[in-house]
Amino acid sequence: MGKQDIIKSLKDSLFTGLIALALFGPIVGLRTVSKGEGLFITPQWGVVFLLVGLCILGRFLININSARRTEFKIFSTLSSKFSSITEDKAKHFAITGILFAVVFPFLPFTDRYFMDVAIMILTYIMLGWGLNIVVGLAGLLDLGYVAFYAVGAYSYALIATTFGWSFWICLPLAGVFAAFFGILLGFPVLRLRGDYLAIVTLGFGEIIRIILINWYEVTNGPDGITGIPRPSFFGLPFKRSPDEGETSFHLFFNLEYSTMHRIIFLYYLILVLALITNYFTLKIRKLPVGRAWEALREDEIACKSLGVNPTNTKLTAFAIGAMFGGFAGSFFATRQAFISPESFTFIESAIIVAIVVLGGMGSQTGVVLASIFLIGITEMFRDLEQFRMIAFGGAMVLIMVFKPKGILANRKPTILMHGDKK
Amino acid sequence: MEYFIQQLVNGITLGSIYGLIAIGYTMVYGIIGMINFAHGDIFMIGAFVALISFIIFGLTGVALPIILLLVLLIAMLFTACYGWTVEKLAYKPLRGSFRLAPLISALGMSIVLQNYVQVSQGARVKPMQPLFSGGLEFFKNSEFIVTVSYLQIFIVVLTIILMGIFTYLITKTDLGRAQRACEQDRTMTALLGINVDRTISITFIIGSSLASVAGMMFVLYYGVIDFYIGFLAGIKAFTAAVLGGIGSLPGAMLGGLLIGLIETFWAGYVSLEYKDVAAFSVLIVVLIFFPTGFLGKPDIEKV
Repeated sequence: MGKQDIIKSLKDSLFTGLIALALFGPIVGLRTVSKGEGLFITPQWGVVFLLVGLCILGRFLININSARRTEFKIFSTLSSKFSSITEDKAKHFAITGILFAVVFPFLPFTDRYFMDVAIMILTYIMLGWGLNIVVGLAGLLDLGYVAFYAVGAYSYALIATTFGWSFWICLPLAGVFAAFFGILLGFPVLRLRGDYLAIVTLGFGEIIRIILINWYEVTNGPDGITGIPRPSFFGLPFKRSPDEGETSFHLFFNLEYSTMHRIIFLYYLILVLALITNYFTLKIRKLPVGRAWEALREDEIACKSLGVNPTNTKLTAFAIGAMFGGFAGSFFATRQAFISPESFTFIESAIIVAIVVLGGMGSQTGVVLASIFLIGITEMFRDLEQFRMIAFGGAMVLIMVFKPKGILANRKPTILMHGDKK
Repeated sequence: MEYFIQQLVNGITLGSIYGLIAIGYTMVYGIIGMINFAHGDIFMIGAFVALISFIIFGLTGVALPIILLLVLLIAMLFTACYGWTVEKLAYKPLRGSFRLAPLISALGMSIVLQNYVQVSQGARVKPMQPLFSGGLEFFKNSEFIVTVSYLQIFIVVLTIILMGIFTYLITKTDLGRAQRACEQDRTMTALLGINVDRTISITFIIGSSLASVAGMMFVLYYGVIDFYIGFLAGIKAFTAAVLGGIGSLPGAMLGGLLIGLIETFWAGYVSLEYKDVAAFSVLIVVLIFFPTGFLGKPDIEKV
């Protein structure tokens, strides 16, 4: 590397610094603070200079590195490692993963916090698998998936608190309601092309949320619904001291009472629900309707000319995806025992779409990896509460930039007529 | 009737703001075919830069028109830097990859920008003292007096001026020709010796500057901002762009006006709580009957 190169990269780094100064100068450097009546400015130049310095340094290092053509070693090795996961290995991975998930609650290091995170990750895995039917298989970009999650949660909560029916009756009902909403939305909009569909579904998600906030009589507005019944172990509640004439879980099995019982039960519940979603997806891919989804994703015009009805086919994908969203929603409601519109903002939809796309569209294993990765990142930054969403968004951008097809990029049609396409 | 005219005035003002943001969406969509999801947050950053400069210049005691001009230029400059950087970091490496990749990257960027402003500027809403006061009053004899405030006049006039400059830029200059050429066929444009990367960067710079002007108007008009304003304003502006026919510049302005009017009339006559629902419902209805928006080119699929 010659002297010229160094001077060139130094110049380039200084230019980066200048841009960084323009970026961070006003927004970070001049913090607005409300004091009494007005708004005042507190300068924070120290932070700005630190950030600008980091940018210059980072840019310089990258320049030197790329001059030596070593590039990002970590990323290339990581990505080649993931790319080498073939269908075969993915199967082994899946079996190991499921076994690990089954024994996880009884591992020695597993505590309450780990269980909560695991339940959260599993919920996102289930949502990811549900959305994968719509986005990954049928190729319809749905940015309002959280609407169905919300419909599922609210219908579960309303049915359970109004009629007092048990979880096992409310769960399928919530799924049916969500599927119904999927058809309701899908019917008019599924004729639209990709990006238009994306924005309309986004709008639909917002409409549902606004209705939840404003329809006081039914949804209790922004205050949400409280006192949603907890699930019971096939009729045995998880209570320290059960009501008259009831036997609770720990008495029936003669165990020491522990709050962990309920958590472990919830964990297995979501694990089973998620695995059902997965199983269903894997099976339906091989049925005519599943094949039609994938065919539509690959080439809509060819499908039309072969007599596949695109609207009906898309509608089934939408409805089934929505149904699983509804199931996940009712699980969410029963776990939290409290829901409010705040849990169903656009950011949730964005996270679920991100999980599907980052995982590699259509890849079931990819969804698992992406959920663990993304939720894991936000959990690692938990102590730095404010920075976790920055880390989350940053991770989304980075994965896309270095691995645009997702972590597991093996989107292959389930069947091909004449060997591999490209 | 008087009430109707008042709502019309308010709607046009709001529509101008949406229209300016919508241009950024529609230009980017036209040239690289992606939904720039972070554009709403660029608008939010523009609003913050404008607010900060208003506070600083407010202390110096310069005359109001000079302050406005300075703030306008500063907001445009700094916000353009953001637009440019976002494009370089998050979209440029993804050019030519599959369709959803830039969209996800944009979503990530939007989350980053929102939380970055939340961390650096605080999560509380930022109020600003009104700079403008007074206005013209009409129908003084009737029950309902229609007021057109000087601020509203300022917003609409500024929008018209900017639209004039912008139209000139796109239709008459080399830059505009290069931009339109890139929209039609990027490979061919590159073969003819036009720097496509630079043209795309400039598109982002222009879009961000216009969004920052909208941000400044937003600060002045509403008097409060927070780090979250970009989301709703962004999707409404995108709705406007789709409504007018995405990729069409007059369409973006028309769509912006329509969304502004629909929202104001809905809030005025039907219900205030559901004003955001109105914009989206109209979008759905319009897309069913005009799948490419009002002024969009019909999209013919070829095998």
